[in-house]
Amino acid sequence: MSFETCKDVWVFIECFQGEPKSVGLELLGQGRKLADGLKQQLCAVVIGKDVDAAVKAAAEYGAEKVYVVKGDEYENYSADAYGHAFLKLCEKYDPNTILVGATVNGRDLGSKLAVSLHTGLTADCTALSVEEESGNVVWERPAFGGNLYAQILCSETRPQMGTCRPGAFKKGQPNPENKPEVIEENIHTPAEQIRTKVVEFIKAAEDQGMRLDEADVIVSGGRAMKNAENFAVLQELADVLGGTVGCSRAAVDAGWMPQSRQVGQTGSTVSPKIYFACGISGAVQHVAGMSESGTIVAINKDETAPIFEVADYCIVGDLFEVVPALVKELKARQQA
Amino acid sequence: MNPFDKNALETALQLKDAYGGKVVAIAMGPQQAKAVLREAISMGADEGYLVTDRAFGGSDTYATSYILSQAIEKLGPFDVIMGGKQAIDGDTGQTAPSIAEHLGATRLTYVLDLKAEGDKVIARRQVEEGIEVIETKFPVLCTATKESNKPRYATVSRKLYSLRCDIPELTIADFPDIDTTKIGLKGSPTKVKATFTPKRTATGVNIEGNSPAEMAGSLIDKLAEAKVL
Repeated sequence: MSFETCKDVWVFIECFQGEPKSVGLELLGQGRKLADGLKQQLCAVVIGKDVDAAVKAAAEYGAEKVYVVKGDEYENYSADAYGHAFLKLCEKYDPNTILVGATVNGRDLGSKLAVSLHTGLTADCTALSVEEESGNVVWERPAFGGNLYAQILCSETRPQMGTCRPGAFKKGQPNPENKPEVIEENIHTPAEQIRTKVVEFIKAAEDQGMRLDEADVIVSGGRAMKNAENFAVLQELADVLGGTVGCSRAAVDAGWMPQSRQVGQTGSTVSPKIYFACGISGAVQHVAGMSESGTIVAINKDETAPIFEVADYCIVGDLFEVVPALVKELKARQQA
Repeated sequence: MNPFDKNALETALQLKDAYGGKVVAIAMGPQQAKAVLREAISMGADEGYLVTDRAFGGSDTYATSYILSQAIEKLGPFDVIMGGKQAIDGDTGQTAPSIAEHLGATRLTYVLDLKAEGDKVIARRQVEEGIEVIETKFPVLCTATKESNKPRYATVSRKLYSLRCDIPELTIADFPDIDTTKIGLKGSPTKVKATFTPKRTATGVNIEGNSPAEMAGSLIDKLAEAKVL
């Protein structure tokens, strides 16, 4: 792809059974910012069998153009079919920047595109901006280990690509009046080119708890919980506030909580209204997954714990005393 | 060894237990990475190879996956290539699918298990909404997750063997046809512009109190004042 001719910021609108996932719409908000910085257009890419809902959502969330590839072979995601369709679009329209949600399939598609286009892909970005003089996107992400963030550039190849995790950014305000140009491309992928076939789908059993990314209140515990049973203490607080329980990686590694409850770089990225960090030290990987929360309350015995640097309210104390006291007080006030 | 890589190795060992064959462990990195390969051998891998060279240093995901794809081509052919879904902290989850793309191989990420039925492969793949049952053919590259299995422990005899067995090295000299514009720092399309410690300015309000009950009351007051509750 040529540096000189490439243009526009593309956002992949991933769908599940015809419904657009939130992450694509979240990325349209970031894409808008980049497109403005680059003085280019914001375009959405929709691939699927039923695309109407996604096209409509892409319009409402600010796309100026929507590229659509429609066909039975796109009913389920496959790297072969989606990759083929997306690469054909790239060949024809030569994008400058591509944003993809860091979902199971988005990570797969992103790496396929980047390798095929011989370009760079920065994963799990937590902040995006444009370096105006060079036209490079500055991709910001937590660096390997340590308490570090890195700014990454893809300065010699185009398109420049990045993935961002669901929930890392908030969706913008939808505008039903926005009417983008919808460009439907007739791209088909021959059946023999699609080497994987979904023969059955088993819907996940309804999770025991509320989904982390949908909860308004999350009460998370870390290493200080000491065992699985102690999470009941946090569950009580979550119940009183109509929220759910999360945890840090330490609690998953110890086998106290399932990975589906993990908040952080290798778990979920969340932005509830209130986030309680109980006995969580606040490693950069955990903070990357919760720093966008509306209000952060940290409870920790160690007053030097880095979690206090991101918290809005800090309680230096034993969570096993403070959390039950909170539950008691909240219950008393609710009854009053 | 990365926990997810242990799951990947376990999947490979289970396939070997069921269908026979050979399990080859490949790692890229400095000499210290041999310890990881010895651990793989102690768990049951038949051989371990270290891909190592100064010229490979500084590689990003693109370059790393290209180099590993070259190593796999050299040591193969393989029926199944397994990788962990991602490194434990801060990795991208994109190296393994990128290897597949360099190889032109079929790939399935986040695989819980896979079995052979004639010339077909049936795999269960974990996605956000549930589990996909997928039919494909060998050869296939898969990534494993924590939910895939419980990695086995090393036996004492394998452990002893792993300490004395040879871990061959593959250096750039072993890849006469490698495209040197795609390796190392120079061959990496992404460059680190800067690293920084997140500027955390502690602006939080300290909740004081003589007892947990006092602190709890004070916090709830403040949350209510801020209209958070």
